[in-house]
Amino acid sequence: MKPFQKKWLRRVSAEPAPERGINRRTFLVRGGVALGGGALLGLLPAACVRRETVEEKKNFPRPELKSEYRRTICTHCSVGCGIIAELQNGVWVGQEPDYDSPLNLGAHCCKGASARSHGFGDKRVRFPMKLANGTWTRLTWDQAINEIGDKLLKIRQESGPDALFFCGSSKASNEGAYLQGKFAAFWGTNNVDNQARICHSTTVDGVANTWGYGAMTNSYNDMRNSKAMLFLGSNAAEAHPVAMQHILRAKEAGSVMIVVDPRFTRTAAHADIYARIRSGTDIPFIYGLLWHIFKNGWDDKDYIAKKVYAMDDIRKAAEKWPPEEVENVTGIPKDKVFQIAQTMAKNRPSTIVWCMGVTQHHMASHTVRLFCILQLALGNIGVAGGGANIFRGHDNVQGATDVGPNSHTLSCYYGLAEGSWKHWCRVWGVDYEWIKARFDMRQQYDAGGGKMAYTMNIPGIPVSRWIDGVLEDKANLSQGTNLRAVIFQGHACNSQTRGTHMKTALEKLDLLVISDPFPTHMAVMSDRKNDTYLLPTCTQYETTGSATASNRSLQWREKVLEPLYESLPDHTIIYKLARKLGFANEMFKNIKVVKDEPVIEDVLRELNRGAWTIGYTGQSPERLKLHAQHRRTFDPLTLKAESGPCKGDYYGLPWPCWGTPEMKHPGTPILYDPGKPVSEGGLCFRAAWGTDYNGVTLLAADGVYSKGSELKSGYPEFTSDILKKLGWWNDLTPEEKKEAEGKNWKTDLSGGIQRVVIKHGCAPFGNGRARCNVWTYPDPVPVHREPLYTPRFDLVKKYPTYSDRKAFYRLPTRYQSIQSVNHSANYPLVFTSGRLTEYEGGGAEERSDAWLAKLQQEMFCEVNPKDAASAGIRDNQWMWLEGAEGGKIKVKAMVTERVGPGTVWTPFHFGGWFQGKDLYDKYPEGTAPYVRGEACNTATTYGYDSVTMMQETKATLCRIMPA
Amino acid sequence: MARMKFLCDAERCIECNGCVTACNNAHDVPWGINRRHVITLNDGVAGEKSISVACMHCTDAPCAAVCPVDCFYFTQDGIVLHDKDLCIGCGYCFYACPFGAPQFPEMNAFAARGKMDKCTFCAGGPPPDGSVEEFQLYGRNRIAEGKLPLCAEMCATKALLGGDGNAVSEIYIQRITRRGTRPETWGWNVAYDFGKEKKP
Repeated sequence: MKPFQKKWLRRVSAEPAPERGINRRTFLVRGGVALGGGALLGLLPAACVRRETVEEKKNFPRPELKSEYRRTICTHCSVGCGIIAELQNGVWVGQEPDYDSPLNLGAHCCKGASARSHGFGDKRVRFPMKLANGTWTRLTWDQAINEIGDKLLKIRQESGPDALFFCGSSKASNEGAYLQGKFAAFWGTNNVDNQARICHSTTVDGVANTWGYGAMTNSYNDMRNSKAMLFLGSNAAEAHPVAMQHILRAKEAGSVMIVVDPRFTRTAAHADIYARIRSGTDIPFIYGLLWHIFKNGWDDKDYIAKKVYAMDDIRKAAEKWPPEEVENVTGIPKDKVFQIAQTMAKNRPSTIVWCMGVTQHHMASHTVRLFCILQLALGNIGVAGGGANIFRGHDNVQGATDVGPNSHTLSCYYGLAEGSWKHWCRVWGVDYEWIKARFDMRQQYDAGGGKMAYTMNIPGIPVSRWIDGVLEDKANLSQGTNLRAVIFQGHACNSQTRGTHMKTALEKLDLLVISDPFPTHMAVMSDRKNDTYLLPTCTQYETTGSATASNRSLQWREKVLEPLYESLPDHTIIYKLARKLGFANEMFKNIKVVKDEPVIEDVLRELNRGAWTIGYTGQSPERLKLHAQHRRTFDPLTLKAESGPCKGDYYGLPWPCWGTPEMKHPGTPILYDPGKPVSEGGLCFRAAWGTDYNGVTLLAADGVYSKGSELKSGYPEFTSDILKKLGWWNDLTPEEKKEAEGKNWKTDLSGGIQRVVIKHGCAPFGNGRARCNVWTYPDPVPVHREPLYTPRFDLVKKYPTYSDRKAFYRLPTRYQSIQSVNHSANYPLVFTSGRLTEYEGGGAEERSDAWLAKLQQEMFCEVNPKDAASAGIRDNQWMWLEGAEGGKIKVKAMVTERVGPGTVWTPFHFGGWFQGKDLYDKYPEGTAPYVRGEACNTATTYGYDSVTMMQETKATLCRIMPA
Repeated sequence: MARMKFLCDAERCIECNGCVTACNNAHDVPWGINRRHVITLNDGVAGEKSISVACMHCTDAPCAAVCPVDCFYFTQDGIVLHDKDLCIGCGYCFYACPFGAPQFPEMNAFAARGKMDKCTFCAGGPPPDGSVEEFQLYGRNRIAEGKLPLCAEMCATKALLGGDGNAVSEIYIQRITRRGTRPETWGWNVAYDFGKEKKP
């Protein structure tokens, strides 16, 4: 995956001249007024000018100056590594390893180790700008906000609130992400989303529908208790390098490491067993494992009988997957499938890890469900060392999923029903009728399956499909207008598929606003000339707030730096926009605003008051700050503080942290672990789907309960009525009674119901069974469906996809009409993508960082020697990769056996090129990243998950040719 | 007196380049210089191994033996340092070094051949400890601050160990003892090819 040559220099200067050199046109056309006096100097190739020594001196820690230290959390991935920043006179001069953090124990990958470079900000957007006839022009903040606001109000008047798509971010803090979602609600649309959609949305929905919550059940640290670890579509060594510290420790203690992936990844290099799977065939593979597990009686029958619903449906389905058929479909030899099944069964507790290699498919919601089912069959859920260890992506993608902007639900999975809105209106302190009036209430639209609803109650257009919201015929939309304005706050557009369509969509928009520290690929990929704004936005090192790591721990970030240049934090920009648009008073009713900046602690307190469903209620800013201060008291294996002021708490109060902060719940380190009382982090499976279905109980069997429970068998979720029936009502205080009357554990804002229930040893969400059959899903029992663009067209008849759908997330969505054509005739190779350690997401931030950029200088494509020979492509030469919908990218070939014959792989972090052309000229002056390259998604194709609209990026088709 | 050593545990190294970047962070080395590299052998096929390499601070350092102007010297901790005021940038040390540690800046007035630059074990150079001059020529002197090299301190998987050779050896012995029958990079299994038996 990595060119050996990358270590040695390809280029001499950090600031390469553009391909055609600097000419007058480049300077005048796009450079504009951006930098003023120093501009010319900045354009000279750096080789001619010694790099400013002032900069070096400025960042040098001097012995005569006093250093102060600030603690924050790495802003790259979901491991949540602690960072200690050393400052002198407000300048970030040094970085020390944070040995106190129980999550990383001082360790960093290259991204974490480069955190200090955020203090340089060489390539940042320095001030608000807009495109005026194709030239980037400087604006003041007031001008920018006024112009954007006026345009938005005009669009709203002409087309209604649904003409706006607001994309929030998994890189915002919990508080920022919460405000992003709230902003859209107060503007009056559900067209709001964040990276979680294209990250793990399928996991979140599929897993939650199996046992209650769609999150990592255990933790990175807990993997040290595992006896076997199965990685599917996860390349932890490159995507979550610091997690490998725990994983390799487990391995050294005897745990067997299994990697199943189309590529022989860096993680696979450390595995005991590696199996190469064909992209998009995870379901047959798991059924192959289950076939052996059931046949050999390795399933945990007692566990299944007492805690699982409808495992018999799975037994029946697994019968259709004998070893020969599994080998035929997945490409994994049958002996190996047996070996993996045996290893997982004989080395319990065994855990399963999955990432984007699994989630980004058109049937991924079902795939992840089958993973859960495998773990249920083995009895691995709710035990240390077992679990479904779902590694999330961005540093706060778990938080943004939980509390943030999502098109299909309000904060904390409350949904979009009338009751959901009423709940949040009470928390926000606004009238439900007022919010309703903000939405398009003129008429109802098709909410799917012919059911009519107002847009307020229909999931909005998700980030994976915003381009179709712009391009689709208006008559086919379940809203009154096409999207006309798009605001992206902290989201790269090169992470979404169908780049060529995106360019058309971008050019059709009436307004494009990019609020980001960097211009991103979005600012340059289209030929827009006007109505395009860049708002300089802080990184999380320049502000404060909390972030949720993959293991559900919330960590508090101290502000390290003052905002660089003229940049502002997310929440300040949102406040300014809300004020201009006229709803700031309502939106910030409970939140103090100082100099246009909402007080972060107040935002978290408001969230605490509403987030009962998933227990984001106990993590007050005060408790989180205390944890940050006493990191060293937490045990790196159990995450529990054995002494000190946080004694008894789990690090970062992993959600659910039930009740009010005053209740001092310690957080839940392992989900569904009945070995502990609920008050100490124990749980059972959630009873979220009623008490029975078709006459079969959905509640846990007799004798199944979490430690110390007064109810010794299954029970439904708690409401005020149930409390009364049980005679527990009088345990509530009079104030609690007043609030709790007629409410349930999710809507009682006093927290009384949760407090009393937990006092009696019960889980507020009930004690149910994990479901193997989700009757509300397109496939209640997971069924294999070939990718829309499959290399095995011969299997389509046997394993077809879904029928096309007319209204799904407000859009028509195609399945069968694409799959019915044999694309593999012209596009014979499977095209899949993945991560590099040095970069993350769209990569604008890391490619603009000299320390990281110098390690990974070129976009490339891994090709097997066989395919390279057939196509006449040689190692390290330019080649074209053409996707099955015609998008083409020009990349360097890396001929390697890392990918099998028939599969090509590219990283997805590059941007700044489009179909063979370097877009250097289009960046505002001085902001072009050090490294630019083709965005792989220029060549990716159509395909969306049947439940969550996740995009298909991991199994499509392409052809390659020499360039 | 301690004798400072690096050791990279190839069973743990995942080629994340954390060490390389930590080095950049500590010393602000310019574009074109990486005092530390991660090398991958058998890239992309079974048996792939990565290892982080920089100056190994040899006891009998070949660079020092061949230097025509004798610019190398040893600290009391056995760290190999050099004096850039004496260095003539001839590259003979590069020729002698078994690890490719010496680096030559490519971005200055003398074009491709400047004064030699290499890993200092975060121990600076001849100018006074912690001075601006020392930082600009050699990088930060963490040893003088009582800290160990940042590359090893920040290693993602604790593959790279740096410090007193005895302490490093102690940690590594404990680690390989715990691994038991797990594959090892160095030791009897590798030397005598006992490593073929693998767990199922």
